[in-house]
Amino acid sequence: MSLLQVKDLSISFGGVKAVDGVSFHVEAGEVFTLVGPNGAGKSTIFNLISRLYEPSAGQIIFDGQDITGLPAHDVAGLGIARTFQNIELFDHSSVLQNLLIGRHCRRQTRWFEELLFLPKVRRSEREQRLLVEEVIDFLDLAPYRDKLIAGLPYGVRKVVEIARALASEPKLILLDEPASGLSVEETQNMAWWIEDMQKDLGLTVLMVEHDMSLVSRVSDRVLAVAEGHPLAMGTAAEVQANPKVIEAYLGTEATS
Amino acid sequence: MSNRFKSRYDDDINLFEGRWHMAQYAILAALLLAAPWVLGNYYLGELTAVLVWSLAGLGLMLISGHTGQVSLGHAAFMAIGAFTNLALMQRGWHFVPALLASAVTSGIAGAVIARPILRMSGIYLGIATLALSIIVEDVSIMAEPVTGGVAGVFAPPINLFGMEIDRYATPEAFYYLCLGVLVLVTLGYLNLLRSASGRSFLAVRDSEVSARALGVNVARAKTLAFSLSCAITGLAGALYAHLAQAVNYESFLVLISITLLLQVVIGGLGSVHGAFFGAIVVVLLPQVIAIASDYLDNTAGIQIAAYPGLDTALFALLILLMVIYEPRGLYGVWFKVRTWLQLFPLYRKGMFRRTRTYLKTERQR
Repeated sequence: MSLLQVKDLSISFGGVKAVDGVSFHVEAGEVFTLVGPNGAGKSTIFNLISRLYEPSAGQIIFDGQDITGLPAHDVAGLGIARTFQNIELFDHSSVLQNLLIGRHCRRQTRWFEELLFLPKVRRSEREQRLLVEEVIDFLDLAPYRDKLIAGLPYGVRKVVEIARALASEPKLILLDEPASGLSVEETQNMAWWIEDMQKDLGLTVLMVEHDMSLVSRVSDRVLAVAEGHPLAMGTAAEVQANPKVIEAYLGTEATS
Repeated sequence: MSNRFKSRYDDDINLFEGRWHMAQYAILAALLLAAPWVLGNYYLGELTAVLVWSLAGLGLMLISGHTGQVSLGHAAFMAIGAFTNLALMQRGWHFVPALLASAVTSGIAGAVIARPILRMSGIYLGIATLALSIIVEDVSIMAEPVTGGVAGVFAPPINLFGMEIDRYATPEAFYYLCLGVLVLVTLGYLNLLRSASGRSFLAVRDSEVSARALGVNVARAKTLAFSLSCAITGLAGALYAHLAQAVNYESFLVLISITLLLQVVIGGLGSVHGAFFGAIVVVLLPQVIAIASDYLDNTAGIQIAAYPGLDTALFALLILLMVIYEPRGLYGVWFKVRTWLQLFPLYRKGMFRRTRTYLKTERQR
């Protein structure tokens, strides 16, 4: 069965139907990419899946469980992690602290135990740190471990945000434009990391991306959306060649 | 010294970063313990006031500095703590349970208010908490059986371990009492900050939307932070009542709420040190001005005392300068001085230039 099933998902803001009857399945272990022109509703679909928005119709089923009615803070615990289009890191904390917050959904201690810092809390802190260090190794973040986010270059922040998502031990990771604002070289690294996540960590990746070279390189399947509607589905090459997709990006020839 | 070699995860978990750091605090502790022998009764009283305001500042720092929710109404919780403590002691309670009751009552009051009030943010939250402070001011007059109405309540002497503790008769005992409470609260505070709850507070402060996406129950985190913050402030209120010996509605005016907020801003929002630095300024600035004015009067014959409101004006000026030149407060200044000393002579001028933060558009709340 598919890891993520989205059925007839719709949401409107006022009179604007941002997402209108979108359905797709993401199989376990694949890299699935959403493409589409600006305002197509890609990020809105992400926000619906991570439960930040309430859909007006439709259903989201993750790992056999209907998550449509769940509060947003319960989604991470089930194994859905995400990054944001405009990096949402905790700017005044170090990289290490950011990644530790990433493990919040796996916390084992309660506040009154933490207040007294019982031996149990120290044990749990060590465990959490060990798991965070694995992510730091995986994404080569060791040089930045104790640096504050506010002082880091943009490219590194992008990676830290992915690291924070990975720290929560997800099954599905949602990447919202992982390559936006990155240099050619950094985009190259990003592609490797996405491949590593898929092959080494066995993660399922759902991605929104505009950089078609990255999309064709890493995606197994691509779904094109425009104005809230699904347009075409297939491999990157198939979708790029689809006349409806070309029309959505470039417009039609004038017919007189 | 500045390049610490870490070999265990505990190096990041422990409260002290190695021996030298621990030694610094040992020296501070020794100085504080020796204070009653060094200082006269008057200055010991002032130092006790610094401790009490530090405690109140810690309370506000938790919600405003670390969780990012402005409160302009924390004097209200000082009032709840103070009146609870005195009312219970007058009904025959022992000091310790009455003190704990102050913390619990203020904490519960905070938790009840937190849910509706913390749905607001920014200026609306400021106004709502300000209103809270005004309401509690009025209630302190009306709830006469508990608060003594307009006249207020007098603080009965404290009996602890067979010793009578009174702010005037035994100032050193009262000083140690305040110091003990403050140290315990600070330790608890630091413990929270180095574990999951504390991190969730920081997460809520810096980005609510990603906190939620990472599994932080934002409403719960805010409620917990607000409630603990109010409990600490309630403790401070109870100690303040014993320091002042008598409290009425005028002890906890809205002005106190505002002073408390200024205290944490001057000290440095988002740092535990800031609460202490701020308290030192708030308590000692009037003293410094008084001493300076006496000095000027005696030497140059300039009578500053003839200008009332000078300390308020200086205080205001200090805040203005702080906000413009050092938004991280006295803690920021201290941090730079410390770095300068550690790196001497390699400190570079641009080291703490404020880094540009990337534009955040389409911020989701």
